[in-house]
Amino acid sequence: MSFLKRAPSFGENFREVKIPFEEGVMETLQAGDLINLTGTMYTGRDQTHRRLCALLAEGKTLPVDLDGQLLYYVGPTPAQPGQVIGAAGPTTSYRMDPYTPQLLALGLKATLGKGARTKPVKDAMQKHGAIYLATIGGAGAFLSKSITSAHLVAFEDAGPEALFRFEVNKFPAVVINDLAGKDYYQMVAEGRQVKI
Amino acid sequence: MREINCLKITEAVKELVITAARDLEPDILDALFAARDREKSPLAKDVVEILLANANIASRDQIPVCQDTGIAVVFVEIGQDVHVTGNLQGAIQEGVRAGYDEGYLRKSVCDPLTRKNTGTNTPAVVHVEISTGDHLRLAFLPKGCGSENMSGLAMLPPSAGTEGIVRYVVDQVLAAGSNPCPPVIVGVGIGGTFEQAPLLAKKSLLRPVGDHSARKDVAELEQRILAEINQAGQGVHGLGGSNTALAVHIELFPSHIASLPVAVNIQCHAHRHKETTL
Repeated sequence: MSFLKRAPSFGENFREVKIPFEEGVMETLQAGDLINLTGTMYTGRDQTHRRLCALLAEGKTLPVDLDGQLLYYVGPTPAQPGQVIGAAGPTTSYRMDPYTPQLLALGLKATLGKGARTKPVKDAMQKHGAIYLATIGGAGAFLSKSITSAHLVAFEDAGPEALFRFEVNKFPAVVINDLAGKDYYQMVAEGRQVKI
Repeated sequence: MREINCLKITEAVKELVITAARDLEPDILDALFAARDREKSPLAKDVVEILLANANIASRDQIPVCQDTGIAVVFVEIGQDVHVTGNLQGAIQEGVRAGYDEGYLRKSVCDPLTRKNTGTNTPAVVHVEISTGDHLRLAFLPKGCGSENMSGLAMLPPSAGTEGIVRYVVDQVLAAGSNPCPPVIVGVGIGGTFEQAPLLAKKSLLRPVGDHSARKDVAELEQRILAEINQAGQGVHGLGGSNTALAVHIELFPSHIASLPVAVNIQCHAHRHKETTL
């Protein structure tokens, strides 16, 4: 951190949360809460979503069981020799919105990206009991340090859009949409944010 | 007439591609330091600290600042006393291909209809201008599309005037919310024609962050728009605070008497840009 005046405190005072979520934990996460995620997450972005929903439309089985899982919207850069993964920050979430309700209906419990979701996704999250988290866009190098393993699961031919399983350790995130239906971006826009 | 071999151009482009992805320029780092120092929200301040730490890690470990290493945009200015031996377009495209490959950068370019990835991050978008002299200047601006998607063009009526311009630009930036990774740099092109205004907006992003227009009234307009955007309080990544935008850059071109084109090209805080002159 040679050019930082002080080490960033971001993440140090965050609540530690295991993924997949343990029984009763999701209910306690509130819009605006700062959390560190540790455990397993799956990844996917535009093409992964298109393909998963195409498989569903054909009545086929998905390459991964999303029930109870967290899906991170990311298309990482290729790992250099000796690295687990390249830069791996979030992509903008709304592009996944046309597909997300179908995945939530399968039991997907959380999505992780950046930017606000549309109403049909917020409604589907309420219906199926799911939450939405954001992490820091444009901090791909920093966030890659929280990813301890990356395993290719499906769609290798989609290149950066393939579906990976990540093991993460203290991956920082902010709760945007909680189970009670609160939306943190909306709260900020209305001057109701609680954390600043 | 000065001869420049196209192999030199390929090498230069490759170097720009790799270094731009990993090493942010002093102008954007200074703008982030300034944002951190004036930020009152502790959360937003911490997030800016992370952005600075991220830049440090990327440079130290030689990995990309952001996984969206962009669609390649190359601005070429060729003096009319230069003769390029070989294929200029081909040389630039080869430099982009080699840079994305050897730099372990993400290949994010695909067919717009089938969405099949080209696998090389080519073709690059190349803008060529002829100028005087015997130099060849290359400016590289890899453009992430979280921010590019939030850009827009309005063909305003001249009666909209300065107020109409301010409203359109401010609304465009605020409607984008946290999608384009704020704090953003707002490139604005005013005037010209339907295709000229967006190009002006994009070219304004090559200016050092926060440098104002040489025209006093335009510089004042840049400051006013910046203030209005930041007063809304969306802040870093939409988490609140006073740093939604770091700078507003306006470029002008005379317009038709019936027309007032205004284009907004939004750039994320991971503002990667590099230049070299051969």
